[in-house]
Amino acid sequence: MNDERWLLPTGIEEVLPARAAELERLRRCLLDLYQRWGYELVIPPFIDYLDSLLTGTGRDLDLQTFKLTDQLSGRMLGVRADMTPQVARIDAHHLRREISTRLCYLGTVLHTRTDGFAGTRSPLQIGAEIYGHDGPASDVEVLRLLVRTLETAGIESPHLDLGHVGIYRGLIQQAGLTRADELRLFDALQRKASAEIEAIIAETGVAGPVGGMLLSLVELNGEDALTRASSALRAADPQVLKALERLKAVAEELSHWLPGLPVHFDLAELRGYTYKTGVVFAAFAPGWGLEIARGGRYDDIGQVFGRARPAVGFSADLKGLIALSARAADDEARPGAVLVPWDPDPALQRAVEHLRAQGRQVLHELPGQRGTPRDYNCCERLAQVDGVWQLVPDEAL
Amino acid sequence: MSNDPRLTIALSKGRIFEQTLPLLEAAGLRASEDPETSRKLILDTNDPNVKLVIIRASDVPTYVQYGAADLGVAGKDVLLEHGGEGLYEPLDLRIARCRLMVAGRPDAALVPPPARGRLRIATKYVRSAERHFAAKGQQVEIIKLYGSMELAPLVGLSDLIVDLVESGNTLKANGLVPLEHIGDISSRLIVNKASWKMKHERVAGLVEALRGAVASA
Repeated sequence: MNDERWLLPTGIEEVLPARAAELERLRRCLLDLYQRWGYELVIPPFIDYLDSLLTGTGRDLDLQTFKLTDQLSGRMLGVRADMTPQVARIDAHHLRREISTRLCYLGTVLHTRTDGFAGTRSPLQIGAEIYGHDGPASDVEVLRLLVRTLETAGIESPHLDLGHVGIYRGLIQQAGLTRADELRLFDALQRKASAEIEAIIAETGVAGPVGGMLLSLVELNGEDALTRASSALRAADPQVLKALERLKAVAEELSHWLPGLPVHFDLAELRGYTYKTGVVFAAFAPGWGLEIARGGRYDDIGQVFGRARPAVGFSADLKGLIALSARAADDEARPGAVLVPWDPDPALQRAVEHLRAQGRQVLHELPGQRGTPRDYNCCERLAQVDGVWQLVPDEAL
Repeated sequence: MSNDPRLTIALSKGRIFEQTLPLLEAAGLRASEDPETSRKLILDTNDPNVKLVIIRASDVPTYVQYGAADLGVAGKDVLLEHGGEGLYEPLDLRIARCRLMVAGRPDAALVPPPARGRLRIATKYVRSAERHFAAKGQQVEIIKLYGSMELAPLVGLSDLIVDLVESGNTLKANGLVPLEHIGDISSRLIVNKASWKMKHERVAGLVEALRGAVASA
């Protein structure tokens, strides 16, 4: 009856010693990295009022959020499924700075359903955001930090996918589609189902040039997509052209900073379309079929929290990154541990503190403990030689 | 862009494999073996960088979604059930064509008599069936089966079935008739999103070659 007490819920995992050490090492490296780039760490709460968590986000996030009733206020609470809205609230409501603000965060989020990456329901979300600056420079800084994050995680030759939601949004306005038709078109476009898109455009009678431009979105991907977009979208409204110009500016700027980075453009890729307002992007790693990090510009998300500010950022799942890391978990050549007797001798305690201060791992031998020093990963021992505690190599044990 | 020139294409045995082969051939790819006679699950092609994996039709979207295969061929019926999330579906190959239909005994009622409550529908295509009846404003009870749906109304397991109909001969042989057309089905080329981005030239080239083959078929 109790045979399965050890079982964990679907998509919930434990991190065991070797991997936990690797995860923690990466966590520290990344938080140090962000600190050195000028990003201030914030720690939003694990649980929050639902309407605050779901601000300006789509139905997807609503479905992904675990919900419960607050016994104190009678209001609905949600366990965060994404920390971005919380961080936006911190910027808009609490910090209220006039200057550009760089924030980073790290924490467990919970999803009601497993999605993609490693099938987890409890990703360890890490991310960074810039508030209060609108321009290609902040887009590019966030992209640079994303690439540096992947490098730090040991992910070799990541690929970037870049788009801009303003292009599709502008074309849709120009086309004047009903909400229902727009949803169908959006769905078909996300699947790059060109025949279906053609059929929807023909059926809804969107005027010739606009219909042609909407259809062209499905073809506008690849390294040379931006060059082709200029002629394919030349009859578009000014806001579409403005979005295209912005995307080009970001690509141009990025090529100066990271000339070797493979960048793929896709004008039909609309991740987080409901709340994104500008550049959108995702990162991929060779040999892995799903995106490993994502982000984009979502100006004005802070409006409901009191102040609309330009915002751009990225996020990734730390546990997912570790799984893809090319680095072996124990490649850090660390000396083995030191075994010392169970003895309160002050001289021994001083010697132990000294070794530990140098970063060595020191284990007191528990009376009657099982196994050999090797079993405890010990290669040396503190032993009294001529009345002085000295390190003795394993052979002498 | 990516250094990895290898491509894996997921196909299912039978009709889809047979009808995809000529299209692949027009795109310059030939399978080294016939999966009907070989027991191998991974087949080589004349291109050393391209492999075919032979899997169950309903597993094709899963393999492609998670990148175990870069491309695949899957019936629209299978994609509707899978949800098609995380996949590109750039090309209708116009093969393995059939219709998804509601069928039943010739005297079957499509709307339950008021005293009866809900209709019982036996099907392998749960999502498609649910969506179809919901769109008609009808709440139905779905019974998930894995095959031989035609039997269900005959033995009183269900009122109606939702199934793929090709010639209608199986229905006829069991005294059933098609009653309502849900949608036309054909096989689609599906592509993994990451492969589309990281092996773009390779993948887009194959999609275009197949598009040409379909147009001239």
